Amino acid sequence: MTAPPADLPEGRPDQGAADQANSPAEAQPAQPRPILNASDLARITARIAHQILEKTRGAEHTVLLGIPTRGVPLAHRLADRIAAFEGVDVPVGILDVTLYRDDLRLRGTRALGPTDLPADGIDGKRVILTDDVLFSGRTVRAALDALNDLGRPSQVQLAVLVDRGHRQLPIRADYVGKNLPTSLAESVRVLLREVDGDDAVLLADREVR
Amino acid sequence: MIAHLLSAADLDRETATLVLDTATEMATVAGREVKKLPTLRGRTVVNLFYEDSTRTRTSFEVAAKRLSADVINFSAKGSSVSKGESLKDTALTLQAMGADAVVIRHSASGAAHRLAHWVDGSVVNAGDGTHEHPTQALLDAYTMRSRLGKLDGVRVAIVGDVLHSRVARSNVTLLATLGAEVTLVSPPTLLPVGVDSWPAAVSYDLDAVLPDTDAVMMLRVQRERMNDSFFPSAREYARRYGLDGARMRALPDHAIVMHPGPMNRGMEIAPEVADSARSTIVEQVANGVSVRMAVLYLLLGGKS
Repeated sequence: MTAPPADLPEGRPDQGAADQANSPAEAQPAQPRPILNASDLARITARIAHQILEKTRGAEHTVLLGIPTRGVPLAHRLADRIAAFEGVDVPVGILDVTLYRDDLRLRGTRALGPTDLPADGIDGKRVILTDDVLFSGRTVRAALDALNDLGRPSQVQLAVLVDRGHRQLPIRADYVGKNLPTSLAESVRVLLREVDGDDAVLLADREVR
Repeated sequence: MIAHLLSAADLDRETATLVLDTATEMATVAGREVKKLPTLRGRTVVNLFYEDSTRTRTSFEVAAKRLSADVINFSAKGSSVSKGESLKDTALTLQAMGADAVVIRHSASGAAHRLAHWVDGSVVNAGDGTHEHPTQALLDAYTMRSRLGKLDGVRVAIVGDVLHSRVARSNVTLLATLGAEVTLVSPPTLLPVGVDSWPAAVSYDLDAVLPDTDAVMMLRVQRERMNDSFFPSAREYARRYGLDGARMRALPDHAIVMHPGPMNRGMEIAPEVADSARSTIVEQVANGVSVRMAVLYLLLGGKS
């Protein structure tokens, strides 16, 4: 699951925890650097789909819930792959966590996304939350709170495309597309065809929001 | 987003649409087992009501509670207001108690505007005199959009006592902002001076307007505000401007009938119409909660 060190930017440690001390300013290109391209993403989704099937023994009683914006197309892609590999139909839903965030006061209100659960609900199901980047863990915490108000899943797992480190809460992912050690000054941008017209993961110098 | 909601004119098209879209998501909470969101935990919303109100006060209370805010209900009766305390002193008292938002209903037009200068928190106008009632306009627009699918180009007739109606004023402004075509239908005595400068057409003939209407909004005849005789008799008003079964059948098949409540059954609206499938009156109350949740979220959610 850990990415081969050859992919990493030079001079960075393999794991993200230690690199906060790194000075991000020196010798960084101004352009966002591509980390993964479209075929990398296709292979990663396929691998995670296989891992889900393996870890859940056939993905019965399982629901994929995407966290907007980019977790939603990811959840659909995983469901497509799972259906292609083993013919299991995994329901896909959307879980908007905006109203459960702890940073609304700091960042201001934002427009709400839809929340759309599968018709059978989530009670007693295995819910796999899906998001593009795992960073502080605060979005996942908000998602866990939201789930608590919506039903009682038998189990909750987490699948992310990129784990960039710097967790602020005791949260870990069950399925990781790529471990990407970053510095706090960098920003990870995930582009998906359904939302951005292109498939890629980029690493840029500064947090752009 | 804006700091206060005092008038429907505070909302441009983009902001009004944001409120309606947010309300659509808030509406899903009503269908859940746990009808509660943690979003406004620790905030205090004061309902400051100088006029009697059932649905607006309750609606704001439910909305604030669903967002986990603390709600203080303050009505003029049985408070220090009946001992002669001024609006400003009451406002400063509430301020000292740490109100993050004040929802005010007052019989004087402009009371909400004055209040907004005195308190630090957000002020939401829940009806000031005969001036404005913006959240009612938002819930009416929300109801029309959910029933008719759009607002742009929708033909709305607002029928009745326009002169005393803050609901009509706010609706005309908001619906014009959102692209609907509004016609005011009223006896000449119940139209305000300067109505020709409003973004709405005016007609005195209800029967001529109904066949070309997508939504007809009946206004309550406000006897408590009427000191003069604006029409000869209640029966004559009902005959010319009341919506009865025959008039309802003259509407296009898809048209809806709205009323902000409370209704005078048999006066501006016949029981047959109020209880028909076209009537959105009960739906409007449910939508009021979602819209007020959206307003409170957008006003308070981002503040520290």
